[in-house]
Amino acid sequence: MGNVVQRRTRGALRRCPFEVCGNMAGLELLSDQGYRLDGRKATELRKVQARMGVFAQADGSAYLEQGNTKALAVVYGPHEMRGSRSRTRHDQAVINCQYSMATFSTAERKRRPHGDRKSTEMSLHLKQTFEAAVMTQLYPRSQIDIYVKILQSDGGNYSVCVNAATLAVIDAGIPMRDYVCACTVGFVDETPLADLCYAEESGGVSSLALALLPRGGQIALLQMDARLHQDHLEALIEAAMTACKGVSKVLDEVVRQHLQEVSVLTGE
Amino acid sequence: MKITFGTDYGCCFVELGKTRVMAQVSCELVAPKESRPNEGIMFFNIELSPMASPTFEQGRQSELSVKLNRQLERCLRNSKCIDTESLCVVSGEKVWQIRVDVHMLNHDGNLMDAASIAAITALCHFRRPDVGIQGDEVTVYSPEERDPIPLSIYHMPISVSFSFFQQGTYLLVDPCEREERVMDGLLMIAMNKHREICSIQSSGGIMLLKEQVMRCSKIASVKVSEITELISKALENDKKARKAGGRCGFAESMPQERITALKMDETPVEMTEVTDRANDIVQKAEAPSQTVPSPVVPVPGVGQVGQGLQNTWGLEEEDEEEENDNSGEDEEVKETKMEVEQHDKEGSKQEDVVEISDSEEEEVVILHPETPDKAPKHTGPSFHQKGAAASKKKQKK
Repeated sequence: MGNVVQRRTRGALRRCPFEVCGNMAGLELLSDQGYRLDGRKATELRKVQARMGVFAQADGSAYLEQGNTKALAVVYGPHEMRGSRSRTRHDQAVINCQYSMATFSTAERKRRPHGDRKSTEMSLHLKQTFEAAVMTQLYPRSQIDIYVKILQSDGGNYSVCVNAATLAVIDAGIPMRDYVCACTVGFVDETPLADLCYAEESGGVSSLALALLPRGGQIALLQMDARLHQDHLEALIEAAMTACKGVSKVLDEVVRQHLQEVSVLTGE
Repeated sequence: MKITFGTDYGCCFVELGKTRVMAQVSCELVAPKESRPNEGIMFFNIELSPMASPTFEQGRQSELSVKLNRQLERCLRNSKCIDTESLCVVSGEKVWQIRVDVHMLNHDGNLMDAASIAAITALCHFRRPDVGIQGDEVTVYSPEERDPIPLSIYHMPISVSFSFFQQGTYLLVDPCEREERVMDGLLMIAMNKHREICSIQSSGGIMLLKEQVMRCSKIASVKVSEITELISKALENDKKARKAGGRCGFAESMPQERITALKMDETPVEMTEVTDRANDIVQKAEAPSQTVPSPVVPVPGVGQVGQGLQNTWGLEEEDEEEENDNSGEDEEVKETKMEVEQHDKEGSKQEDVVEISDSEEEEVVILHPETPDKAPKHTGPSFHQKGAAASKKKQKK
């Protein structure tokens, strides 16, 4: 399958030349032969490696690597409302998300991992995404906590978080309508690039982050920065949807494999 | 939608329906960021004060405030609408920091659109002080010495919001506050007039389909071109007004309001079927019996106040009930200023004085010369409940 990349990327090293250069002209995001900085083709995703059930204490947990971006997701719930009882909803569960980055995750040490505007915004987006996907009607008056931490950030933070959180929610046994798969795509030289890495993201490329429920083709979250002409929008969304479907296949495999392992261990 | 400017450069008010927003741009010289030594700094801040809506609290950083701030930052900063390199004075040491403060004055929905329009208009309107460099010396000229220069703006990103209802079956552009409260989700698209999309953000727990997004982007492009025209016109007018030396500013742009003016909203009155309903009522109602304009003297010695027409003030049921004879006592004869008593001219001995409607006088009697024994007093007016008086009458029947 051409979609899933099997090559190891050299993404970590790729960041340094860009920062030393300081300008975009010196770096070709898409070469003439159609290869990107790390040698991928335009529609190739980075290598995805995932583990579920990483922690015993949490109800569900997962660790996911997409290229060099590594994220850890932990799910607690559904449990009784803690904190503000007034936010209890009588017909649904409340989903509470927190996104944070480890201080060592970026090239420069992050001084404020929680509570700054970007993290709060990401948490809101994650919450919105999972509220759409998780069947909250089955757990009224309860709360589901999702905590995601980025251990290494190399582009596509939001997407990796969403994928990791999906696996964690499945590990916790909370029913969802479908896998939630996310991917960040960018647009360079009239070509959509799937699964951006950090160098591509900061190169002023218009990037679109899309969270998709693959079976119905429904978009749970759509977020785009930087300028893009309206006519290219459709092509970009299409590319994002294809990439998300690719990710969903990988996640599906991971889940089935994990299930096999677990069921073997318990002797069924 | 209305755009007005304040007296200073860089102050702008936007009224989007009833949502009112104010943006102010200011600048100062600071040291640049280490990673970007030759670019200026842009800082955006949206203030949601309790003045705008009772749901806003004094403490900052509510979810809505974070969301709006981030959206505005992404819309204006990432799209690179301002040339930040032109803000550099001395590379690595001094650059201009442009600060845009947006204040919500009245929240009637769609704060994001109003804020983006206000911010970009204020940036277009703003003039920064001129700077002169001679060798190593940097002089900042005050506005009196040299005319301030405008910022160099590449394009004007404007955001348009769409709200979805009932799982995407209904779509509304520019939701007002009530619609926002019940909506399922919101889609914000920021575009400029060159049909470039600067930012898309979907929020709320809705599922979108690709076709919906494409449709919204088409609608947004139309709206954005209209709004951009309006902004340029407003900027033009303001420039002319300033050149002509006319007074400009917020105080001038407020309409003259007299103290006696009524500030309440107009109440919508259902006017669609007025003529039909009026015709129905006229046909169904009884023809007024007495249309004789001349005053009729019911009983000698009794004057009549009024025009002799049928009284139309009372309730119609009460009228019909009271058309029956008031047998027996007639102490309570109600007489209002504009009331006429209907008589039964069959010649019953007592006067059939019918109280037709409410009177605020407790015991109102008519002096009848032929029945001196019943010489009730005409009591002074006293305030009486209409219902109680009416029930008193009815009890007598």
